[in-house]
Amino acid sequence: MKEVTATAATVDEAVQLALQQLGVSRDRAEIIVLEKGRKGLFGIFGSKPAVVKAKLIADPVEEAELFLKNVVKQMGATAVEIEKQQNGNQVTFMITGEQVGLLIGKHGQTLNSLQLLTQLVANRYAKEYVSIIVDAENYRERRKKALIQLAQKLAEKAIKTGKEIKLEPLPAHERKIIHTALANNEKVTTYSVGEEPRRYVVISPIK
Amino acid sequence: MSVVRMKPLIETIVQALVDHPEAVLVTSVEDEQTITYKLSVHKEDIGKVIGKQGRTIHAIRTVVYAAAARQPKRVIVQVNEEG
Repeated sequence: MKEVTATAATVDEAVQLALQQLGVSRDRAEIIVLEKGRKGLFGIFGSKPAVVKAKLIADPVEEAELFLKNVVKQMGATAVEIEKQQNGNQVTFMITGEQVGLLIGKHGQTLNSLQLLTQLVANRYAKEYVSIIVDAENYRERRKKALIQLAQKLAEKAIKTGKEIKLEPLPAHERKIIHTALANNEKVTTYSVGEEPRRYVVISPIK
Repeated sequence: MSVVRMKPLIETIVQALVDHPEAVLVTSVEDEQTITYKLSVHKEDIGKVIGKQGRTIHAIRTVVYAAAARQPKRVIVQVNEEG
């Protein structure tokens, strides 16, 4: 973590100086007063300067962004752009470029892993929980549409055959898409079975 | 496409997750078909690297295997559980 020590006539001045050196505002640094300083007689005799230490407080979103950029680059996707969108406690990193296929992986499993790791990094530094979404070339939206279509197709099949249908294991946010898609379908119910990371949705016809 | 090196990739990921980044050590053993990367971390960080139900190590492996997909040899990531 970045930190500087600054010396000035008063504590206030030393703090200002330290913040200037770090290039941040007061709320982004932790200040430790090492020496309070003394004015001394007539401001000349026996005066002692004030010394403070300022530590940069890591910003969870910045740390997450830096982490994701480093990892993506070291994975070999050097020609991609990462754009950040923040909405309250939810941050979306949208990756664009020609090499995103490598970052998405089969059924988005690489993208989901990048998202999990980035989320862990962000929340190491967060006071309040930060929710991270890592997306690439709008994969999340395309995947959502495909999952809704799949859910509807399988629901019809379940109704027609009268038998339960088990889906492939899916991560929590994708299972939710299936449950939500069929929530208003009165002819089927959905539930999840199994332990993570192999938990899967079952579509069951109502008899 | 630049040459993808697994060791720095594993180090970058793991160092960002642990409390003792200086204790992160990645060594590799290579045979004809595979390269095995052995990951050692500080004792207190083993749980962080593995994660609940192995979620974190699963994610690390998924990312590393994706990066290694174009390499001729199979890549394995192991965690040294003794710390």
